[in-house]
Amino acid sequence: MSPDTVKLLAIAAVMAFGAFMPALAIGMIGSKAMEAMGRNPEAAPKIQTAMILVTAFVEAIAIYALVVALILKFV
Amino acid sequence: MIEISLKAEELFSIGSFPVTNSFLVAVLAFVFLALVGWRFKSGFALIPGAFQNFVEMVVEALLKLMDSVLQDRHKSERYLPLIATIFLFIMISNWMGLLPGVGSIGLREIQDGKESFVPLLRAPAADLNFTLALAIITVFAVNLFGTLTLGFRKHFGKFFTLKNPIYTFVGLLEFISELAKMISFSFRLFGNVFAGEVLLIIIGALVPYFVPLPFLALEIFVGFVQAFIFSMLTIVFIAIATAKEGH
Repeated sequence: MSPDTVKLLAIAAVMAFGAFMPALAIGMIGSKAMEAMGRNPEAAPKIQTAMILVTAFVEAIAIYALVVALILKFV
Repeated sequence: MIEISLKAEELFSIGSFPVTNSFLVAVLAFVFLALVGWRFKSGFALIPGAFQNFVEMVVEALLKLMDSVLQDRHKSERYLPLIATIFLFIMISNWMGLLPGVGSIGLREIQDGKESFVPLLRAPAADLNFTLALAIITVFAVNLFGTLTLGFRKHFGKFFTLKNPIYTFVGLLEFISELAKMISFSFRLFGNVFAGEVLLIIIGALVPYFVPLPFLALEIFVGFVQAFIFSMLTIVFIAIATAKEGH
């Protein structure tokens, strides 16, 4: 395979693999948050804020993978 | 061929300082916010009109957000300038990056023998310099507030201590984690905004009519959420750094 082909495959693989775990993690965060909100509807705003905060942390990891893919593609 | 550049393109230079297209939009966002602040100050009345009401609403919302984490109105008022600047500057510059003309109006230039398209305007957060500068300022400010509140010895004693070999190691890890915070802050904002830009360019090139609408709505939401997250994380780190008791 030529280097260009391998490079394209690498870009796609980096992004694909880098999105597995963050997607799973965000799903788990969301499900636990909904469970907690269902048990205690009064605390819903607090839980929601915390959920968005933690989701941002997790999403940052997926963004790291995206940045690596972008650097491979454009630099 | 769709041209997407990771770096912000330089338009001209003032002396040896290169002025990029994202720098231009950042200056525009700054001028906009400065005008809003000036208008608020000069038209200040005891009975607020609509504009003053709106600005006070935004400030009140930010103070309430800070109260929920810091638990102290006095502390919130002390750190409001930094938090409000981070939040408003990032949100306004993200939203300005969505206006029609940003990224599409530009010049055809010939660089290295190749003809390329250089946009005149670009979202500021799509330039790593902007986000890295904000991240460095934020981490420095958090440590500065910690030092001002707790004293130099107490604050840096969290990182460099000889009391206990475990604490020494953990302290060094915490110090490296401060550097990691800079990277994480900058890349989170940069990745979100740049990926959004690339998404809008690709969607616009594929189906120009109606289909970009939900993606533009997503980008408006992402612009707000990323500003909120940046400021929220800063508030949390300030709360941790200025906590009076031991851990």
